[in-house]
Formats: sequence, C-alpha cells, structure tokens
Amino acid sequence: MTKKNSQPNNDNVSGEKMSTSTSSLANVSKARASQKVPGTAPLGTGLEARGVHAWFGSHLALENVSLDFAAGTVTALIGPSGCGKSTFIRTINRMHEFIPTAAMAGQVLLDGKDVYAPGTDVTKIRLQIGMVFQKPNPFPSMTIGENVLSGIKLAQLKVDNKDDLMEECLVRAGLWNEVKDRLGAHAGGLSGGQQQRLCIARSLAVKPKVLLMDEPCSALDPGSTLRIEETISELSKSMTIVIVTHNMQQAARVSDYTAFFLSDGGPGQMIEVGPTSEIFTRPRNEKTENYVSGRFG
Amino acid sequence: MSLLETPSATPATPREITTKPRISDQIFRGVVTSFGMSALVILTLIGAFLAVRGFQTIHSVGWSFITSFKWDVTTDDAGVVTYQLGVGAMLIGTLMVSLVALVIGVPLSIAMALFLTFYAPARIKTILVSIVDLMAAFPSVLFGLWGFFVLMPMATYWAKLINQYLSWIPVFSVQEPFFERSPFIAGLVLAIMIIPIVTSVSREVFAQTPLDRIQAAYALGATKWGVIKAVVFPFGSSGVVGGAMLGLGRAFGETVAVYTVLNLVFAPNWHVLFGSGGNIASLIILKWGEATGDETTALLAAGFILFVLTLGVNMIANLIVRQTLKSGK
Amino acid sequence: MSTITAVKPQKPWSATPKDISNQVVALIASAIIAGAAVKLTGLSGKLGFFAVFVVSATVAEIVQGVRKFGRKALADNLAASIIYVGAAAVFVPVVSILYMAISKGLAGMHWSLITESMFNASFLDPVDKGGLLHALVGTLYLILISMALSVPMGILTALYLTEIKGPGAKFIQFVVQAMSGVPSVVAGLFIFTSVILITPLKTSAATGALALSVLMIPTVTRTSQEVLLLVPQDLREAGLALGATQWKTVATIVVPAARNGLITATILGVARIAGETAPLIFTIGGADKLNLNPFSDYQSALPFYVWKGLTLGTPESIQRAWTGILILLILVLGLFISARTLGTRKIGK
Repeated sequence: MTKKNSQPNNDNVSGEKMSTSTSSLANVSKARASQKVPGTAPLGTGLEARGVHAWFGSHLALENVSLDFAAGTVTALIGPSGCGKSTFIRTINRMHEFIPTAAMAGQVLLDGKDVYAPGTDVTKIRLQIGMVFQKPNPFPSMTIGENVLSGIKLAQLKVDNKDDLMEECLVRAGLWNEVKDRLGAHAGGLSGGQQQRLCIARSLAVKPKVLLMDEPCSALDPGSTLRIEETISELSKSMTIVIVTHNMQQAARVSDYTAFFLSDGGPGQMIEVGPTSEIFTRPRNEKTENYVSGRFG
Repeated sequence: MSLLETPSATPATPREITTKPRISDQIFRGVVTSFGMSALVILTLIGAFLAVRGFQTIHSVGWSFITSFKWDVTTDDAGVVTYQLGVGAMLIGTLMVSLVALVIGVPLSIAMALFLTFYAPARIKTILVSIVDLMAAFPSVLFGLWGFFVLMPMATYWAKLINQYLSWIPVFSVQEPFFERSPFIAGLVLAIMIIPIVTSVSREVFAQTPLDRIQAAYALGATKWGVIKAVVFPFGSSGVVGGAMLGLGRAFGETVAVYTVLNLVFAPNWHVLFGSGGNIASLIILKWGEATGDETTALLAAGFILFVLTLGVNMIANLIVRQTLKSGK
Repeated sequence: MSTITAVKPQKPWSATPKDISNQVVALIASAIIAGAAVKLTGLSGKLGFFAVFVVSATVAEIVQGVRKFGRKALADNLAASIIYVGAAAVFVPVVSILYMAISKGLAGMHWSLITESMFNASFLDPVDKGGLLHALVGTLYLILISMALSVPMGILTALYLTEIKGPGAKFIQFVVQAMSGVPSVVAGLFIFTSVILITPLKTSAATGALALSVLMIPTVTRTSQEVLLLVPQDLREAGLALGATQWKTVATIVVPAARNGLITATILGVARIAGETAPLIFTIGGADKLNLNPFSDYQSALPFYVWKGLTLGTPESIQRAWTGILILLILVLGLFISARTLGTRKIGK
C-alpha cells in the first residue's frame, strides 16, 4: 500500500541521474506544485482505491492497486499502453462491470463509503464520479444547450435555473464565449476540441466531486489541448481530478501527483506514486525512471 | 510551386490508360455480363408483362377497376358474359389487414429487439436469436393451419372482449356479432409472420448504436431505460421504420395464411373485429381457377397493383435501412 | 509479488441473494394475487390471470425500485416490465406453433407415408391409408430444378455486380432488389399466364420451378453479393499483382474464399422456396399419384399436399395436413440450421 504525502515536496535536488528532459519536466511541475496546497478545500475526504484488482474473465488485468486521491488534487496516471490505466479508472466509476466477463476485488471509497457496497445505487455513484472519454462523444441528436443539461434530464434532477446552470458549466469548461450565441445549434457542428469541452461541461452539470478523464486530449490538436489543460487547472480548485495520459509533458504540466503503471506481460500494477515533480526528477523505482527518461514506452 | 521555370503555361493533363484484356478474361466478362443482364431482362419482362395487362384492364374497365367493390362475372343463357371487376374492396382489405399487423407486430418486435440487445442474459440471448430467426423460416401454410385451429378460438374471445368494452371507438364496433375470420384475426397472424423480419432489422440497428454514446450516457448516471431513450432510439428510429416497412411489404403479399383465416367478402369493411374482409392476394387465389379471358387479365392487373404496392414499400424501406446503417448518425 | 493471487474475483454489482429472494417473493405474491383476482372477481381465465400477474409484479418491482433508487427507477422498471412482457408475447406463439406442429403431426405419422402416394387413397380416408411420397418427390424436383436455374444465375449476377461492376450495375442492383419484392402469388400467376397458357410447357414441376426461381434468384443474388463483398479487397489485389487475369483471380481466390457464404446463400434460397405454397397453386396442378416426369403432367409437392388437406376440411384431411407440415417443417428447419452452421464458420483466408 502506497500512501502519498499530503504536502508536495518542494525541494528540487538536481541529482546526477537527471537527464535534460526530466529537468524541464521538473521545472514545469515545480511551478505548479508551489501554487497548490491540496486538502484545504472542503471536498470531503476524497477518493481512495484499496487493493483494487480487475479481471476480464479469467485474465487478471490489474493487480492490487491502492491509491489515495486527496481532495482537490489532480492526479495523472501514466504508463505504456495496455497496462491497465483505463481499466483502473473504469473500476472507479463502475463502468468496468459493463463487460460481461468482468470481475473485480478490492474497494473504492468515495467520502469513506465503498461504491461497490451491496445495495448501492450505481447511477448515483456515477453522478458523483463523472467521466470524460478519449473520443469526444456529445449526443448528436441534441443541441449544444440540451447536451449540457442532458445529465440533469437523465437523472431527473431538480434545477432552479437551467439557463444559469448551462452558462456556468460552459464558462467553467471554457466554451461559453464560443457558443453563447448558438446554444440551439446541433452539437455535431463543433470542432473536436470544442466537442470535448462540451463533454466536460456536460459532466459538470451534475456537480460531481470527482472527474475521471481518460486521455481527453489524445484526439485533439495542441491548441485545444492547451485550452483543456487550463480548464483542468481551474476545475481542480473545486473537485478531484484523475487523468490518464500518454503524454508525460502533459502530466507534468497539469498534475499534482503522478502514478506510474506498468505491466511486464502480466497484470498491470501501479509501480510508484508521488508528487509529480519527484516522479520526474527523483523516481524511487528504476522502472519509473526508465520510463520517464524515455528509455522505453 | 516548382523551382523550375516552365516555359509554357499549359497545365498537365492526365493521359488515357488503356488495357486489352486477355481472351480468357474477355470470355469471363462476357459470360458474367450476359447472366447479369439476363436477370435485368427477366425482371423487366415480368414488370412489363404485368404492366401491359394492368393497363389493358384499366383501359377496358376504366378506373372503376380500382375503386369499385364488386367482382362478378356472370354468363347469361345466351352465353353473353358480363364483367363487373373492381378490386376496391380487396385493396382496402389489404390495407386494413396489413395495418392491424403493423400495429400489433411492430411494438412487439421493438420490445423483442430491445430485450435481445439490452436485457437478455448472454446464454439466453443466443437461443432466443436463433428462435426468432427460425420463425422466419416457417412455411406460410403452417401459419394458416395454426392460425385457423389454434389462434382463432382465442382471438375470437379477445375480439368479443374488445368489442364488449371498447365498442364506443368506431373501429371496434361491429354491425353483427360475427367475430370469426375477421381482419383482426388475420392481422394477428400476419403480425406474428412479420415479427422475425422487423425484429432482426431493429436488432441490427440497435446493436450498432455507437458504444461511446451509450457509455457517455451511463457515465452521466442514466438508468438503462434512460440510455435507451436518450441514445438508442434517436439513433435507430429510422432503421426501425425501415424494418417496419419491410414487414409491411411482406404483409401486403401474404396469401395462404390470410386466405385460410379471413372471410372473403366483396365489400369494404372498416370494422376490424367483424368477420369480413379480403386482400388482393386472396382474390387471385380465389378466382383464378375459373377465370377466363378478361377476368384472367383482370387478375393479372390486380397482381400488378399488388406488385407496385409492395415494390414501393420495399424500395423506401431499403433506402431508409441502408441510410441508418451507413451514416451511423 | 505478482504471483500471489489469494484475492478472488468478485462481481459486487450482481444481484445479492437478498435481492433475488425479494424478487422471487414478489413474483409468488403476484401469482397469488392474480389467482385470487380470477377467483373472486369477474375476470376470467388465462388472460385475466396473466394480466393481473403482470400488473402486480410490475407494481412490486416499481415500489422496491423507487424505495431504493428514487424516482428514475419508476420509468426504468416500468419500461423493463413492458419489454419483458413484449418479448414473452413473441416467444409464446413460436412455441405454440412448434408444439402444435409436432404433436398433431406425429399423430398421423406412419411408415407408409414415405413409401406410398395418394394414388390409391383419398384424402378423406383414414390417415393410415396412403402417403406423401408423391409430394416428397415433387418437392425434390422443384428444389433441384429451381437450384439449377437460380444458383448459376444468382451467383453470376452477384459476380457481375461485385467483380466487374460494368455499365448498368446500379440498375441491375435496383432491379434485383425490386425482384425480391415480388409477391409469391404474383410470381405464380405470372408463370401461369406467360408460360402455361402460351408455351408448349404446361402445368408440371418445371413450371412450378420457374415460378419459384423468380423468387429464388433475388435471394441468392443478394446474399451472394453480400458474401462476395466481405472478401477483402487486398486478396484480389494480391492475385492481380501476381499477374493473374481477373478470371483466374476470381475463380481461384475470390470464390473459394467466399465458398461457405455462397453455399449458405444457396441453402437459404432453397429454404425460402421449399415452403412456398402460393406459386405452386397456379403452376403444378397437385396430382395424387407419383409423377416421375418433371416436365409434363401434374405434380404434387409438400406445401401443396398440406394446402389440399387444409382446404378439404374433413378431420382426416386436416390430420394429413398436420403431418405433411411437420415433415415440411423438418425439411425447412434442417436446411436453415445447416445454412447457419455453415455460415458461422470463418471465411478461410
């Protein structure tokens, strides 16, 4: 079981083992780290995974992952393809179970309560733990405005002022200025980056405590990626964010903590977790260091 | 932008690419083309033959062929034959029975397709899919037998019930309490016959609903029905309509099952529970044995009308279904 | 570390024993309520029982669901109930049809069915007299001749559409589709008026096969076309790149790759026409004796045999009809199942 420090380590020791790429990553993450003091926003005790295993049929895909996501932080999950990162976040919001042969073990605690406890209303869990997918997927049969509010409609939640909520979500997602005059247009007419921000706005409408993001920028151009990273920074002030990414520079730019996943032919495991600056400058595990310095991946 | 200065300003034009196929290929192409063309020729012949007969009849009988309700061929003592030929009643009957089949069969098919795609446990699903597909292979005369001996007693009882409680709706009232062999019962049998095709088209469309949209809806905290309403129906609605029209086309042309179960009367009947009706296919079966001359031509004309109806519906249906599956809208 | 898997996989999202027992209790209670309702009120018979049962089971589900999960469970459970009932409503007739065919059909089965025709017996005689050999032979002839006409035509047309794609391909495609919409009645009537009345070929198995071919050619063409389109384009390109002619490529690469699918297309076409009745009424005449000449003289066939029994209306003839339909059903289902099993085998690469 690996637990993180509640405070990031601000020391940046230029060790002999550093390569130039990791030093620039370290500088970026150091800049972020000095601004964040996680755990001070009233966001509950946050999200915790304890001993999570995941199976597809008899194939063990993920083994014994324990992570504590402090409230109000951004955690990046990095690692090569196929090592279980996406499977892991799908066990968090209970999307893993849609696969007919899926099985899991362990616990996922939201505010101290196991989301897999018998008798839990799984749709309520998904209201509190939202998800943004790799490929933007707004509902094409709805307008932009309807898309933002679709979560409210599906969950039959009561909202006093729908227009205010719509505007608030679009502002937070960084899309308001671009679509405020065409809320009645169909969502399919937006660019890829705009569609993804629309999906983020949609997830925000139901006021989740946690937002899971599965490689949200990998299908987008650099300009849109930058906009979304800015959005993530803003959002992390009021919720916990877990982002899976292949892009180490992105992890360095955006996250407070980073967890490194690896599978050496067997089940995926979490090798190391720590404050982002440390993972990129002084990783404790040799495999982590090999990955972040580009020796494989 | 080329680094070299081109002396003249003529733009490049593509050159013609030719090839002379080998003898074996020429033979191959020749054989295959002739077969392909002959399929074309055969159908066009069929269509033309029927059309010619159709227009012949309209020419001699007039448009009352389509609108009149009588079909009578009488020969008086002098050997003079009088023709009164009108398919109006049978046309209305075809539409009535097919409509009943749609109203009953399409919702059931949608329910079955939803059940198979989203609710059935994996083991049961394969068995049920096979059973529904097997239904498509049942000979139509089997439906006639079963419809007459098994379904009719039960359906007559249901018809009486409906009439008892709902006769204030005009369609459900009857002029006399004769409930056997009604369009309702024929429509029921037809509904069961079209369920396999409507279900399989609907199922194909539902199964192709883009997974990322379904997941997005679930991730927002939707229930299963919420996902179906928000994502599956908008995506698949036109495909289902296409499937329903394919079923309609099948219902139009069904012969032996309807002939067995429906009481053929040459008068239009809008009261579905009352035992009287007909359809064009049954008309042809009924009359062809003793038909001669003009009457035979008239039967061909009736067949032509049926063909055109079915053709139109099938074409629209195929267009719609292909659109849905292709665009992934 | 990764070899220690003392942890067992679980599915915490599946129904707990408590959930299951709750549901079972609800179903039993609904059954009791339904039974009581039938006894005490005016609601009658199976319909009443079924209706009350469904309503009370649904209400129980909804109440449980809303208590646990809130308002949205109402629509969810109601929709699920309706869908389950709808699916059951489809399932019931199929089972009923199969059960009837088997139980009634078996009652009239005896060995002489396949050894005798109806030459020496009448349909009105007791069922153990006579048989349906003539109908079996007739169906066999119909199938063979239709296949001989339709399979080459269908597959070659499909080849034209997929391999050659020459002029008129789109129009041929349209026409094939249109042809598949020809009602079976119209096909029969057409052959009657254009062949039987006019040409020297009169009512016989051959004219019946002509009518059936009108129905079979589009089916075989369309299914073959789908199968041929599934053969990956790079197979064809590989053949052509090796310098083979188109004909060689098609004959030695494409068609073998699609072989299973083409056989399936044929079998499905046969299954479709084997059970058709309407076209036969106009074209084969329905003899009672065994006729070994498919080109002249009236012929019988299984669907016609059944039709005759049904329309004669006496208990004996109807019993013959049931037995005939059982045999026809076995034939058609056998074809169908073999087409399916063949079709699900992977296309060899």
